[in-house]
Amino acid sequence: MAALTKEETEALIQEVLEVYPEQARKDRAKHLAVNDQSLEKSNKCMTSNRKSLPGVMTVRGCAYAGSKGVVWGPIKDMIHISHGPVGCGQYSRAGRRNYYVGTTGINTFGTMNFTSDFQEKDIVFGGDKKLAKIMNEIEELFPLNKGISIQSECPIGLIGDDIEAVAKKANKEIGKPVVPVRCEGFRGVSQSLGHHIANDAIRDWVLENRDGDESFPTTPYDVAVIGDYNIGGDAWASRTLLEEMGLRVVAQWSGDGTIAEMEKTPKVKLNLIHCYRSMNYIARHMEEKYKIPWIEYNFFGPTKIAESLRKIAALFDETIQAGAEKVIAKYQAEYDAVIAKYKPRLQGKRVMLYVGGLRPRHVIGAYEDLGMEVVGTGYEFGHNDDYDRTIKEMGNATLIYDDVTGYEFEEFVKRVQPDLIGSGIKEKYIFQKMGIPFRQMHSWDYSGPYHGYDGFAIFARDMDMTLNNPCWKQVKAPWKTAESSNVAVAASA
Amino acid sequence: MPSVMLKKNAEGKLVFYVPKKDLEEVAESVEFDSPDKWGGEVLLSDGSKYYFEPLDTQPDFPITLRALRLDSGE
Repeated sequence: MAALTKEETEALIQEVLEVYPEQARKDRAKHLAVNDQSLEKSNKCMTSNRKSLPGVMTVRGCAYAGSKGVVWGPIKDMIHISHGPVGCGQYSRAGRRNYYVGTTGINTFGTMNFTSDFQEKDIVFGGDKKLAKIMNEIEELFPLNKGISIQSECPIGLIGDDIEAVAKKANKEIGKPVVPVRCEGFRGVSQSLGHHIANDAIRDWVLENRDGDESFPTTPYDVAVIGDYNIGGDAWASRTLLEEMGLRVVAQWSGDGTIAEMEKTPKVKLNLIHCYRSMNYIARHMEEKYKIPWIEYNFFGPTKIAESLRKIAALFDETIQAGAEKVIAKYQAEYDAVIAKYKPRLQGKRVMLYVGGLRPRHVIGAYEDLGMEVVGTGYEFGHNDDYDRTIKEMGNATLIYDDVTGYEFEEFVKRVQPDLIGSGIKEKYIFQKMGIPFRQMHSWDYSGPYHGYDGFAIFARDMDMTLNNPCWKQVKAPWKTAESSNVAVAASA
Repeated sequence: MPSVMLKKNAEGKLVFYVPKKDLEEVAESVEFDSPDKWGGEVLLSDGSKYYFEPLDTQPDFPITLRALRLDSGE
């Protein structure tokens, strides 16, 4: 199917909106747009970060998901207590595939679930005593933990427990950082506020811990990787490139990260932001307080990697700039071979994306390197500054959708007929049953890493094996294909 | 009175960021911008206008300051 023109795309949006009652239609219309590269600012055509309409299907998470699941959870040597009823922690346990090195249960705790398991009596009489007791138990059972964070679930805010007081007391008793995080699920419209709250908790309870302590030897090439959650090993694939070009990665926030790394981050020379949405807050804070500049980079696909490596190197001296060129040259043969192998198989295929905070715009370059085209993209919980950054990445007249509803996404897919959809587990089986190849772009469909040059090879292979899988030819019932009806006619004659 | 985070970008222009509104804009002009006086009306590239209490010295960017919103530019 040929690409839609601007008018056709606009007509499509109107058609999809028609089924809604008037009020809902007016509201949803603000979240759907046709991309126009001439726009500088997204607020001319988009509204984002608003409450989802009751009654429509949304795939957003909550503030607890943003804090415990995204920002704090991957910090491997801390114990993160899901403070409240047991379900929030248990049903999200180890689902995000933030890889880490360590012995789980001894010195790292990433895939374990710690919860205060609230019962009725805790709701009625308060859970502070229980929380204090748990922290002592944790200290006894897991003495190699380097700190505790208290991730509030909804009831904590509702019953008004004073977790800050408990945290301060515990901090004195056990002598390790104890961080209360007020990320109750009901706050905000999506997980995005949870990211912000988590960032603020790091700012208030962690970042200053080593102020005035100069014992950490620094170099002029110290950087921190911020907003890389090491999904399927992403942060490792990124880190090797940065180290090869001569930089010293002091901290990983927060995939495979530790609390010590976070405390040392104010000593670095530059903060590198991968996921802008979830960690720009802390980068901006460090810029103001410690005068550490930050830049955004993108390690998806060789074009963007080379661009980012040069952009990062430009902020350092010639040795690093030469290092960047050396890295690009070193991997050239490798990624040229990947492109040579997969581009002919993927050329011209059209992709629709609907992911979280950075991938709707960051992976576009990687698809383009493989000759594919992204015809629709959208964020679950992006803000307008994300859409500002997306407009230039996307082609003209492509679809952009914010917090898209289940119905809208299905209708868009039926009309646009993309060759591949990249989204999450909740969308996966709907679209597979519609006969459209699908990749999970949150968890890389249990594959990965996708960052860096190593990741690009895996990305290309995964896209190929999904798109060109022979099973898609078998989706249509045999008696409904044109050939079989011809055969039937011939047989009856 | 929004809190505004101000910083200089690579071209030396003032960048204006209001966290609560996800507003990230380059300032077109600053009313007083000399070594001994800074502040007054700031015009952003989207047409909106903000007012800062004039300061006696150039602030040390990046910095967060309170501003008064004068004109939304719409």
